[in-house]
Amino acid sequence: MRWLALIVLLTPGLGWAGEAKLLAGDPAAEARLKHLAVELRCLVCQNQTLADSNAPLAEDLRREVREMIAKNMSDEEIIDFLVQRYGDFVLYRPPWKATTTLLWVGPFLLLGAGAAALVVALRRRAQRQPVEMPVTDEERRRVEQLLSQRRTGS
Amino acid sequence: MKRFLLPLAIFVVLVGFLAAGLTLNPREVPSPLVGKPAPAFSLPQLHDQEKTFSPADMTGQVWLLNVWASWCGGCKEEHPVLMRMAQAGDVPIYGMDYKDRREEALSWLRRYGNPYPLTAVDEAGRIGIDYGVYGVPETYVIDKQGVIRFKQIGPLDDEIVTKKILPLVKELQGK
Repeated sequence: MRWLALIVLLTPGLGWAGEAKLLAGDPAAEARLKHLAVELRCLVCQNQTLADSNAPLAEDLRREVREMIAKNMSDEEIIDFLVQRYGDFVLYRPPWKATTTLLWVGPFLLLGAGAAALVVALRRRAQRQPVEMPVTDEERRRVEQLLSQRRTGS
Repeated sequence: MKRFLLPLAIFVVLVGFLAAGLTLNPREVPSPLVGKPAPAFSLPQLHDQEKTFSPADMTGQVWLLNVWASWCGGCKEEHPVLMRMAQAGDVPIYGMDYKDRREEALSWLRRYGNPYPLTAVDEAGRIGIDYGVYGVPETYVIDKQGVIRFKQIGPLDDEIVTKKILPLVKELQGK
């Protein structure tokens, strides 16, 4: 019985061992794959990197990248290979182009506009002078009346 | 009242952007392959493994390459559209069975009908990567010189076929 329990406990470990084998092949190549894969987008589940995704396409693309690493291709060549097929969308850091200018500059433009608006608002507030308002006799009388009312009332 | 005008204007603009964003399909990534020659390949045929199919065989013809698989739900959805197109015979549709089991692909075609004169088999999905396939079904319009002119990501429907694909095919056939 104890043996059976031990076997049951060890079985899932065997499953993991099979999955981990791919990574153990060549540590340097796997490090490069990881370094590349976190920069690349999985096209099936678009908010995941190629490194995170379990989609079959991501597996295929990792296999493709692994083979290109084995062929000693440079990082640029590998990225070019994917961009030629899937477009700039595979890159988490899109290149600076006419079509991506707004993407790169937009946030800074918004920040600048916000800062400018803040400066203008603060300046305007600083310039606002307290206005002299002469108090008329009528108003003075009313104030005194109200104050005396309160005094007698309490 | 005037001081509410600016925030209101910003809000309206923001809503406009969000509304436009909702109507876009984020899964449709523009393909860099449109306007480029269709990547070459030579793949075994589904019905006769001994024979191969290559895009070079199609030079001089306008044709469609439809990437499908028996496991793909969207393919079932677009299948009647392909069957009607095949019946009309305006343009030949060649299939590419993507990452699929031969037996399942064959029985799928037997059950739903076969609109393809010929289907190539891309079992490992490598040619799919060359074509930038990331979500089957995908359909490519390829011209007489073997250049990709249009790519449809996801299922075809009658509207896309009558409004985009057929007019484009006519235009390319006339050239």
